Amino acid sequence: MGVTEDNLKDFPGEVFSDDTGKANFMVTSIDKLANWARSNSLWPLTFGTSCCAIEMMSTASAKYDWSRFGFEVARATPRQADLIIVAGTICKKMAPVLKRLYDQMPNPKYVIAMGACAVSGGPFYYYSYTVVKGVDTIIPVDVYIPGCPPRPEALLEGMIALQTKIKKSRAYVVDSPKKEEK
Amino acid sequence: MSKEELKAYLELTFPTCKFENSIDFPLLIVEKESFFAIAKQLKEEPATNFDFLFCQTAVDYISHFEVVYHLTSTQYRHDLVVKVMLEDRENPVTESVYPLWKAAELYENEIFDLFGITFLNHPNLRRIMLGKDWPGYPLRKDYSDDFILTPQS
Repeated sequence: MGVTEDNLKDFPGEVFSDDTGKANFMVTSIDKLANWARSNSLWPLTFGTSCCAIEMMSTASAKYDWSRFGFEVARATPRQADLIIVAGTICKKMAPVLKRLYDQMPNPKYVIAMGACAVSGGPFYYYSYTVVKGVDTIIPVDVYIPGCPPRPEALLEGMIALQTKIKKSRAYVVDSPKKEEK
Repeated sequence: MSKEELKAYLELTFPTCKFENSIDFPLLIVEKESFFAIAKQLKEEPATNFDFLFCQTAVDYISHFEVVYHLTSTQYRHDLVVKVMLEDRENPVTESVYPLWKAAELYENEIFDLFGITFLNHPNLRRIMLGKDWPGYPLRKDYSDDFILTPQS
């Protein structure tokens, strides 16, 4: 029991031992610490509009179990979610609803476009007057997952890619433009 | 009534209309001018008693539109399809059957939305699905937007 270097191997920083030889000091940056927490507790919004949602539910259930990566707390309200997985076709009637859901989510927020419809309109690209040609025409997308629908493994891959992306982001330290000295 | 009886009855009652036997439903082709009176008679006449409109739709034949009514009788269990041809493609207008069958309200809203056919005496004719500012009528054959491919020739 206790904090050892072994169970701190994911810690984004350096771990130092004290004079008893046990891990007792950690050095990291606020950014790395915040990103570590954020990326490992992404709360997805319960949002699915078609067959991709079936695969998403499968990913959430016991066989694929996205809880292993920290996604288990699917929220039914956008106020408590920080990840929206656009799982399925977005038609033009749904587009304003999706936009409002995205606007209601607190920052920082992330979007995964899951499946061909959410990426580009997919099979409905031609000869369809109702389908939005890619969800990125409405909201900014972080990760695109191709497939029709993508397998649960593909969704997990995409979500892990999002975690990697978050870990590389700079949330607190902003390079603000400095005043030019004359 | 069986199909044969219905055919005999309709040919006797509506001599101006064209009657056809199709593979599933018997078919009555009606002039636009006399349509509402005939529909009213089909519904209210005790011998036919077509009291239920179970489908209403339209077809774009490029040269004209056709509005199709599927009627059935919950008493006799016989069916009939009534077709009305609308020659005027620019401004297609026909009589609403809402006063006869309440189900027509939403059917006619949908046809108005997707084909642009106006129904007179409809209580609330509006673009039910696409919204007020939608350009054109998507189920017309000549509808086009940027995502409809036309053959290169």
